[in-house]
Amino acid sequence: MSDVADRVRKIVVEHLGVEEEKVTENASFIDDLGADSLDTVELVMAFEEEFGIEIPDDAAETIQSFGDAVKFISEAQ
Amino acid sequence: MSSQLMQGKRGLIMGLANDKSIAWGIAKALADAGAELAFSYQGEALLKRVGPLAEQLGSDTVLPCDVSDMDSVDALFAELEKKWGKMDFIVHAIGFSDKNELRGRYVDTTRENFLMTMDISVYSFTAVVQRAAKMMTDGGSCLTLTYYGAERVMPHYNVMGVAKAGLEASVRYLAEDLGKDRIRVNAISAGPIKTLAASGIGDFRYILKWNEYNSPLRKNVSIDEVGGSALYLLSDLSTGVTGETHHVDAGYHVVGMKAVDAPDMNKE
Repeated sequence: MSDVADRVRKIVVEHLGVEEEKVTENASFIDDLGADSLDTVELVMAFEEEFGIEIPDDAAETIQSFGDAVKFISEAQ
Repeated sequence: MSSQLMQGKRGLIMGLANDKSIAWGIAKALADAGAELAFSYQGEALLKRVGPLAEQLGSDTVLPCDVSDMDSVDALFAELEKKWGKMDFIVHAIGFSDKNELRGRYVDTTRENFLMTMDISVYSFTAVVQRAAKMMTDGGSCLTLTYYGAERVMPHYNVMGVAKAGLEASVRYLAEDLGKDRIRVNAISAGPIKTLAASGIGDFRYILKWNEYNSPLRKNVSIDEVGGSALYLLSDLSTGVTGETHHVDAGYHVVGMKAVDAPDMNKE
């Protein structure tokens, strides 16, 4: 779980150019971390690549925050 | 990669989104060969991405263009005319459809989405070639991107397959119209590549695996491989080639059935 969280946090920090401390459990990509709609698609693609999983569109739409991403990926693995 | 094949040549890249884009593979190959590039983008979200990429290739010409608005297309070419006077090539890497219709059945396509898909994915190429050709006073080369779903039925490709068939046909008609002016028009039919645009297509991971297992080269193609073939079609290496749809798909288009050594695949 924590390993997944660390890897997800690293991707978010690099992609959105935000400080690590801002990437908290409930941090919303769009509202708190300044992502636009393309960023959210790019983040999902980066998660798929990093973890070797497929995140279908309807699931991708539910991944709005750092916590959502960690939860989805942990369950998908 | 290759010397200075494109030295002294200027051209426009349309449809770059990020560093996963096929247009990025092409732009890198062209810049590497000495070409001077301009880029068009649609909307602020894309400007944020295209600006830094253009800069990486030494270009500061990044212009807005909405290909569904002819005034916007006119403004783009007016700007290029002012800056360059003439141009040598254009790369069109643009297509769009409602992603809700890139799953399920083609037969359910709505008229609205059919017309929009044709407008943005097919007519836009004719619209930009029409204007670019006026600036190609020493001849030129125009390139668009297509997919095998134009020739054969592919899962989920639906109305986009019908649009790509129209695009490939327009490549042939444009080639005939402009050949007398030494302007060549070709398409690259690339194998599946995981780009931002492909994220709208259902079961894409399965499609990638299938191509990897069953193409003669037993792999998927990269944006750099498409870039290499694009360099050939946009440079003077291919002055004898026009009206062509060139497959850069690890040979997948010659295959008639599943490879005997390919593993059976379940959908994940």
